[in-house]
Amino acid sequence: MSLLSVRDLTVKFAMRDGNVTALNQVSFDLARGERLGIVGESGAGKSITGFSLMNLLSSPGYIADGTIQFQGQDIVNLPDAKMRNIRGNRMAMIFQDPMVTLNPVLTIGQQMVETLKAHRRLSKAEAEQIAIMKLRQVYIPSPEERLMQYPHELSGGMRQRIVIAIVLLLDPELIIADEPTTALDVTIQADIMELLLELCQSAKVGLILITHDLGVVSQMTDRTLVMYAGRIIEAGSTREIINDPQHPYTQGLINALPQQTAPGQRLKQIPGSMPSLTAVPKGCPFEPRCAFATDVCRSTPPEIVRHAHVEVACHEVNRLHAPQQEGQSA
Amino acid sequence: MLAYLVKRIFQAIGVMFVISLIGFAIQDNLGDPLRELVGQSVTEEVRQELREELGLNDSFTKQYTRFLGNALHGDLGTSYFFKEPALDVILKKLPATLELVFGATLIIVCLSVPLGVMTAIRPNAILSKFIMGASIIGISIPVFLTAILMIYVFSVGYGWLPSFGRGDVVHVFGDWDTNFANVDGLRHIIMPSFALASIMLPLFVRLIRAEMMEVLQSEYVKYARAKGIRPWRIYFVHALKNTLLPVITVGGVQIGTMVAYTILTETVFQWPGMGFMFLEAVNRVDTPLIVAYLIVVGFIFVVTNTVVDLIYGLVNPTVKLARLGA
Ligand SMILES: Nc1ncnc2c1ncn2[C@@H]1O[C@H](COP(=O)(O)OP(=O)(O)OP(=O)(O)O)[C@@H](O)[C@H]1O
Ligand SMILES: [Mg+2]
Repeated sequence: MSLLSVRDLTVKFAMRDGNVTALNQVSFDLARGERLGIVGESGAGKSITGFSLMNLLSSPGYIADGTIQFQGQDIVNLPDAKMRNIRGNRMAMIFQDPMVTLNPVLTIGQQMVETLKAHRRLSKAEAEQIAIMKLRQVYIPSPEERLMQYPHELSGGMRQRIVIAIVLLLDPELIIADEPTTALDVTIQADIMELLLELCQSAKVGLILITHDLGVVSQMTDRTLVMYAGRIIEAGSTREIINDPQHPYTQGLINALPQQTAPGQRLKQIPGSMPSLTAVPKGCPFEPRCAFATDVCRSTPPEIVRHAHVEVACHEVNRLHAPQQEGQSA
Repeated sequence: MLAYLVKRIFQAIGVMFVISLIGFAIQDNLGDPLRELVGQSVTEEVRQELREELGLNDSFTKQYTRFLGNALHGDLGTSYFFKEPALDVILKKLPATLELVFGATLIIVCLSVPLGVMTAIRPNAILSKFIMGASIIGISIPVFLTAILMIYVFSVGYGWLPSFGRGDVVHVFGDWDTNFANVDGLRHIIMPSFALASIMLPLFVRLIRAEMMEVLQSEYVKYARAKGIRPWRIYFVHALKNTLLPVITVGGVQIGTMVAYTILTETVFQWPGMGFMFLEAVNRVDTPLIVAYLIVVGFIFVVTNTVVDLIYGLVNPTVKLARLGA
């Protein structure tokens, strides 16, 4: 049984002028201890996916269709009290900006103890012992003193470490990290990622890492989902996707990486921008920006199908890759 | 902390200085003290002599310095009507007014927090919509009208509550008689307190609601949900504390303002406090009493504001008092 199984997840936002679809039939699986990256441009629906998994969409957003099975249990229709037992306990989330995720008027200790007490019957002293242990695990110096401090007394990197310690408090099976380092200094980013990877590996915790940095994904994850305009357009093992991307959009993303560009040369950006949710083309959502688009791309949305070593949603993928693959096999 | 305290106290002294200047200017321009003292029948020569004797012919600065010096010694002049030191007259009336303000504050604190929180977390409930509608009405009806309506309904109509005076008060010490010690006293203070609170209460409900709704949208509230924290703890520990911080500042200022609002309430309910006294003093052109009232009310205002600022600094961990003082 897989840890997480998402089928045809569709999320809509109820707007004044009708519903918009933010997630369109998203399906994927996550095995126990597996690390999955979700990449895509801003607005692709990555965070919405993360919040849906926690069943934390706030209105006007709602899950319109599909199922999310977490350890065999459907969580889409779970009563709120039951869902609360899962959140922070078996499935925990790291938010993007540590400067605003911790409550400014509660001490670190209070925020850690309350999390433990929400899920376990513990005395305050016992809870504090666990908190101190977890703070040590994320290399926070003098953890006893930290418990008394307020968030504003700590640096951004330190705060994100504390958020990670809070996530670890109840030894979850799945961690969802939504761009955990974008708000931090570049020098600290690598440290935090390394820490996260180390913790996930040692405790065999499943990780969903949301980011737009393909470089990070390649270091951190086993598998990758590429999202575009609320859909998964390519999914597969991270290595395959980085080395041999099938979808023209993924290829564009990889070509735009600084490593792929000779020094002094301009980064190769994909021309155009992602359509807004209210104006998604009726065929392939990427078609207006795609150099290989044909009539069928303009009229019919592509199904996601197995191709080469990955799954990809593109009508023209055979034509695109045929010469290269023939060359390889010959 | 000490530096901040000293800084705030200096600011408060500055404000008091300006208030005293205004008070003096009023005294200097309002009415002729001689007429009040000696009437019409005295000759011009005697008047001039008296003027000289009272120092009324001295320069503005000299007179003002004298006024300020006296004020610092607690001498704010002598009431023409009561023939008593103006400050004494006011201090005798002060407890009645402070009890009224206390009653109104109690009502505001006890009702605005639950109502504000309730309307924020259940914005679409019928009760919330009713409260929000009622608050608009409460804000827009002037205090004296609310007071008269209350008398009309609860005193004249049902005869439940007395319509004027303090009723059976209990002596505490000095000039302080309290309404809060027996049933009759309490029955007398209910309507005046509600009337006085009638503007501030809806204002506070709306303020708390708006702040709370904003806080509930914040990342740290979302994060608390993601940790599996129970809703009541999110509302009352995570959100309420952040909501009340800005409310405290506004609230303190408003309590100061309420002292001034007592003029209307006390007049309608014949409440023997200093607001009622002030209106009588205006009718009698009792200039020293008017000026003394302004200075005392100004003083109360400045003190509450300073205290509120200091409390805010103490309860808000993100305000570093030491840094503010620098
Ligand atoms: N409360 C909301 N109401 C309406 N639309 C929303 C709301 N929240 C998000 N959306 C829409 O849903 C889409 C997906 O948003 P999401 O936050 O998942 O993007 P993302 O991929 O995480 O982007 P980023 O990299 O900027 O974080 C966006 O187009 C956004 O406009
Ligand atoms: Mg996002």
